[in-house]
Amino acid sequence: MAIRVSTGDIQTGLPQAAFDSIAALGRKLRNALRMCMATTAGRIGFPIVMVHFILAAIGPWLAPYSPTEFHEPLDVFQLQAPSTQFWLGTDQFGRDILSRIMAGATSIIAVSVAGAGLGIALGTAVGMSSAYKGGRVDEVVMRVMDGLMSFPSLLLALLVLTSLGPSHVNIAATVGVVSMPRVARVIRSVTLTLKTQEFVQSARLRGESSFYIVFREILPNALPVLGVEASIRLSYAVLTVSSLGFLGLGVQPPSSDWGLMISQSRQFLVSAPWVALAPAGAVASLIVGVNLLADGLKQASGLPQEKAS
Amino acid sequence: MLHFLVRRVALVAITLLVVSLAIFTITEILPGDVAKLILKQEATEERLAAVRAELGLNRPAHERYLSWIGGVLRGDWGDSYVIGKPITEIMPRRIYHSLVLAVFALVVGTPVAVGAGVWAGIRPNSLMDRSVSTFGLVGISLPEFVTGVLLMLLLASTLDLLPPSSIMLPGESPLTRPEILVMPALTLTGVLFAYIMRMTRANVMEVMETHYVRTAILKGLPMRQVIMRHVLPNAMLPTITVIATNFGWMLGGLIIVENVFAYPGLGQLLLRSMVTRDVPLLEALTLLVAGTYAISNLLADLSYAVLDPRIRLT
Repeated sequence: MAIRVSTGDIQTGLPQAAFDSIAALGRKLRNALRMCMATTAGRIGFPIVMVHFILAAIGPWLAPYSPTEFHEPLDVFQLQAPSTQFWLGTDQFGRDILSRIMAGATSIIAVSVAGAGLGIALGTAVGMSSAYKGGRVDEVVMRVMDGLMSFPSLLLALLVLTSLGPSHVNIAATVGVVSMPRVARVIRSVTLTLKTQEFVQSARLRGESSFYIVFREILPNALPVLGVEASIRLSYAVLTVSSLGFLGLGVQPPSSDWGLMISQSRQFLVSAPWVALAPAGAVASLIVGVNLLADGLKQASGLPQEKAS
Repeated sequence: MLHFLVRRVALVAITLLVVSLAIFTITEILPGDVAKLILKQEATEERLAAVRAELGLNRPAHERYLSWIGGVLRGDWGDSYVIGKPITEIMPRRIYHSLVLAVFALVVGTPVAVGAGVWAGIRPNSLMDRSVSTFGLVGISLPEFVTGVLLMLLLASTLDLLPPSSIMLPGESPLTRPEILVMPALTLTGVLFAYIMRMTRANVMEVMETHYVRTAILKGLPMRQVIMRHVLPNAMLPTITVIATNFGWMLGGLIIVENVFAYPGLGQLLLRSMVTRDVPLLEALTLLVAGTYAISNLLADLSYAVLDPRIRLT
C-alpha cells in the first residue's frame, strides 16, 4: 500500500513495487518456514522433502549409470543383489536400480509439483472469482465442482488419462483437474470471509478495481490457507501420480517410474526383494515427508486441525 | 425432515445426471475406432460400416447418450465389446467379490480403529497417543500398492503363510477360499484405519474438554462409564460420516488393491476395460462406482441428520 503513495516517479516505481512485493513474499515464506520448523512434524518432514527435491534436481548428474543402460551379459548382471558396484542391486534387465530411482525422482516430483501447482492455480482462480461474484454464478460453479468431486479422484484421473493418453504433461494436467474442485472449495470459503472485512470494503469505497481488490487485498490474506492447501495437494499429487504409474497409465517404459518399478517387481519378490523395496521406500518416504511438512505448516498457521478432507 | 430428504435426493439425482454426461463425453473422445477393434484383421470397409451401423455408432451423439441412459434405467446395460456378453451378466459376480472384500475390510478395521482412536484421544500426548498417531500418519501416507507389496513380501514370500496372489479359478468364491481375502483386506484396512482413527481421536479430544464430561468425572463416575455413556455417543457422530464416506472412497482404493493382488472384482475389471477400450463396460462400471459413491455420501448425510437434529436447520 505504502508503495503506491511513495512512488512519485513511474519509471523507477514499477520495478520497485514488484521488487518490494517479492521481498515481502520472501519474508512471509521465511517466517512460515521458521514457525513450521518449530513443530515436530515440520522438523522431520522438511529435511525429508528437501533431500528428495535436491535428488530430483541434481540426481541425473550424481547417478552412477544411465537409468536405461542394460548391463551385458544379462545372465550375469540381471537381478544382482546390492553390492559396492550396484548400491541397490539391478533389475530384470541388468539396469542399476539406484540410477533408476534417481531418474524416477526427477519425473515424479516434476509431474506432481506441476500438477499440484496447476490445481492450486485453477482452484484459486475459480474459487476466488466465484466467491467474489457471489449469487447465481457462485451457485452454478459450486454445483459443477460438487459434480467433479462426486467421482472418486483416482477414477476421474484414470478416465481422463485413458482418453488423453499417458505423457508427463497429460499426467500433470490430469492431477491439476482432479485437485482443482477441492482447492476451489477451500479458497471460496476463505474469500467469503475476507470479502466482508473492513479493508476490502474500504478498498471498494476508494474505487479500486475488482482486479486490484482480488489480487492485492484478498489474495495476500489468503496466502496461509493457500500454502497449507498446496502442501496437502502435493501429497495427494504424489499419491495419484505413483498410483497411476503402478496401474500402468503413468510414464511409459523405458523411462523409470517408481509406481511402475513396484508393479514389475512383483514377479521377482521371492528371488530379488530389493527390486521392490527400493522404489517402495522411495515413494513412502516422499509421501510421509510431504504429509509431515503439511502437518507442520497446518500447526504453524494456526488453522483448525483434522477437519480437512 | 421430508423437505430435507427431498432436497438431498434431488441433489444426488442431479449429480448422477452430471456424472453420466461426463462419463459419456470422456469415453466419446477416447481415441480408437471401436469397429476396427472388434473386427481386428478382418476389417474391410464394408464390414466396418456394417459393424458401425449395428452398434449405432453413426447416430448423432445426443441420440446415443439418450439411448444409453434409457437402457441403463430399463436395466439393459448393453453388451461388452471384448467379452461379448451382456454387461448385466458379467457384473453381479464381480460386484459380489468386491463387496465381500470391502465388507470384510470394514468389519475388521472399524472396531480396531475406533478403539485406538478413543485410547489415544483420552490421553493426548501420552506415549500411547504418540505411537498410535505416528502409525496413523504412516498409514495415511503409504499408497495401497506399497502396503500391498510389502505385505506380499512379508506374509507370502518370506513367511510363506498366504498365497501371493488372489486369482480365483472359475467356480471358486472368496468364501470358499477365505485365505485369499486376508492380504487385500489388510491393505485396504491400513488406510481406512488411519482415517477413522485420526477422526475418532480428534473428536474424543474435543468431547473430553466439555463441561458435561468434566461433571461426569468429578461426580465420581468410573472412567469406563464416562467413556461409554458420555464420550463415545458424542464423539461417534462425525466418525460415522467418515466411515460412510470412506466406504465410497474405498471403491477407489479397490481399483488399486484388486490389481495388486489380481483379485477378480470390479476394480480389476474396470482397469481391464480401460486398457482394452471396452467402452460399454467402462461406461457401466464407472457409472456404477460413481453412483455408489454419491449414494453412500447421501447415506452419510442422512445418518448425520438423524443422529444430530441441529443439522436440519442449516
